[in-house]
Amino acid sequence: MGSDVFLQLTVSGLSNGMVYALVAVGFVVIFKASDVINFAQGEFLLFGAYLAFAFIAQFGLPWSVGVLATLLTAAMIGLIVERLVLRPLIGEPVISMIMVTIGLSSLLRAVVNGIWGVRPKAFPNFIPSGEVEFLGAIVGIDRLLVIAIAAILLTVLTLFFRHTRDGIAMRAIADDQQAALSMGISIKRVLAVAWAMAAITAAVAGIMLANTVGVSHDIIFIGLRVFPVVILGGLDSVPGAIVGGGVIGLLESYTAGYTTSGLELIVPYIVLILVLMVRPYGLFGKEIIERV
Amino acid sequence: MESGIFFSDYRSDMALRRMPLQKARTGLLLVGLVVFPFLATPYWLNLANQIAIATIGAIGLNILVGYTGQISLGQGAFMAVGAYGSGLLTVRLDVPFYLSIPAAAAITAVAGLVVGLPSLRLKGLYLAVATLAAQQIVEFVVTHWDGLTGGTEALVVPAPELFGARMNTDGRFYWILVVVALAVALFAANLFRSRVGRAWVAIRDQDIAASAIGVNVFAYKLLAFATSSFLVGLSGALLAHYRSIVTWERFTIEVSISYLAMIIIGGLGTISGSFFGASLIVLLPAMINTLGRSLQDTAPWAATVLPYVQQGVFGLVIILFLVLEPEGLAKLWRNVKDYFRVWPFSY
Repeated sequence: MGSDVFLQLTVSGLSNGMVYALVAVGFVVIFKASDVINFAQGEFLLFGAYLAFAFIAQFGLPWSVGVLATLLTAAMIGLIVERLVLRPLIGEPVISMIMVTIGLSSLLRAVVNGIWGVRPKAFPNFIPSGEVEFLGAIVGIDRLLVIAIAAILLTVLTLFFRHTRDGIAMRAIADDQQAALSMGISIKRVLAVAWAMAAITAAVAGIMLANTVGVSHDIIFIGLRVFPVVILGGLDSVPGAIVGGGVIGLLESYTAGYTTSGLELIVPYIVLILVLMVRPYGLFGKEIIERV
Repeated sequence: MESGIFFSDYRSDMALRRMPLQKARTGLLLVGLVVFPFLATPYWLNLANQIAIATIGAIGLNILVGYTGQISLGQGAFMAVGAYGSGLLTVRLDVPFYLSIPAAAAITAVAGLVVGLPSLRLKGLYLAVATLAAQQIVEFVVTHWDGLTGGTEALVVPAPELFGARMNTDGRFYWILVVVALAVALFAANLFRSRVGRAWVAIRDQDIAASAIGVNVFAYKLLAFATSSFLVGLSGALLAHYRSIVTWERFTIEVSISYLAMIIIGGLGTISGSFFGASLIVLLPAMINTLGRSLQDTAPWAATVLPYVQQGVFGLVIILFLVLEPEGLAKLWRNVKDYFRVWPFSY
């Protein structure tokens, strides 16, 4: 094993990790605003990917319009979901929140499969699929684009949480719902914004995934694979999602490269359990976890 | 009609079924269970057996989630441990099934203790994610430890024998399952009236208060994990011998989710709810299937969308119950009972 193999593994691990990070950011936005873990995030990805497929490949829209339409539709879905499913459950126990997003995932998956079937689809490539050499390793342009988008999203979200009214309101609600309510913050409005944002980030990630791995059902499993990422980075931390994504991506890539038994499938989960045992709030999360 | 509760000794006051109507309903249920296999078609017997196995598993999960308030997404993993445990004991060591099933349940209880360890530090969401990880890891071990489990190959378990009769038909296995399910229900019902059950409920409602009044939270949480896993392992082991084939596909995260759906739809923290939920989750896909089949001639496209309809309805039912009736089918059943308790003089 030479150093070039190591370099290749590093680059591919990092770029995979950035896809994870992109997905993880959606989790973080919802968790930050409402303390809900969205088990339907994988299905949101799937929806985003298939919507883009529908708009661009099936309706033949130019890709810029298609992507915009995808993002708008995704935001609408996020709003509808929040209004019909999540809002009646504000203040219910954690188990109800978890179960309702699981139910949602089953429903969304059925809708996607019902409309588009389960066979993988060829996604129209609007992102150049060439490869460039980077520090002696070969990396696809689409991967570089993922990294760029993740970086942009991180910046935008950080600014959003720091400077905009809604962003600050979200942090206030996450900090203390009662106090936020008494300061006149509308939880309903903020939650609606959070779900719309999460759906949009998921759609962006879905489109990127559709480009790199194709439009298929397997996208759902990425939703599950992202749990180690968000736990490692901290459930309420946007930079944490990026760092967690990078670390998990690298770990997977090295395990896949240097072992042969398929261990990379569970290494993230072993990390997850270790993190939960040692530092449950993750690398960058706020230490609000309640110990028993 | 009841007009009041007049007990003159502790025995009748402490009884599990106290009122005449309760006793009548229990009697009816028992008679129904005995008569059922003689009237039912094999199709319905098969469904009844599935419901019985699911009820045992759901009661097990309910002990953990509904009574102790510890969320677990690892149900499928525990069932896998029970199923493979019992199957391997029978196949490799020739242990008769009436010994291998309890042994497998005990093994699962130990596995539950191990998975339960993080619960000492984690709760709510974090525990759910930890059990999710445990589920993935067990799934990986089962599919990759070829030497023990046969990997992705199916493990064939011979049909169990009891009193010289082979229990290889739905009709015969029904009796085993019904007896075990009733025993489990009775055990659980009494458990929740005991010191242990009360301690669990106290932990669920407010763990800090529970520890303040002297409940050993750590010990009782671990006990909940062990007891729950024992029953879940039991259900997995019974499934192995009932299907006489064990494959890992039966124990994925989907299974964990459908069991959680059972206890949510049925009603958290109720035994009757475990049964109702199990029945609904088993019957729903079967009903949709039958409906699809009957539509096959008039609408041939129905067959192609059938799996999606099943999946969609599954999700929709979960959402609707959570939003509209969070206490589940058990609450609906209680409403019906309350209505008829003083019927026709209810006002």
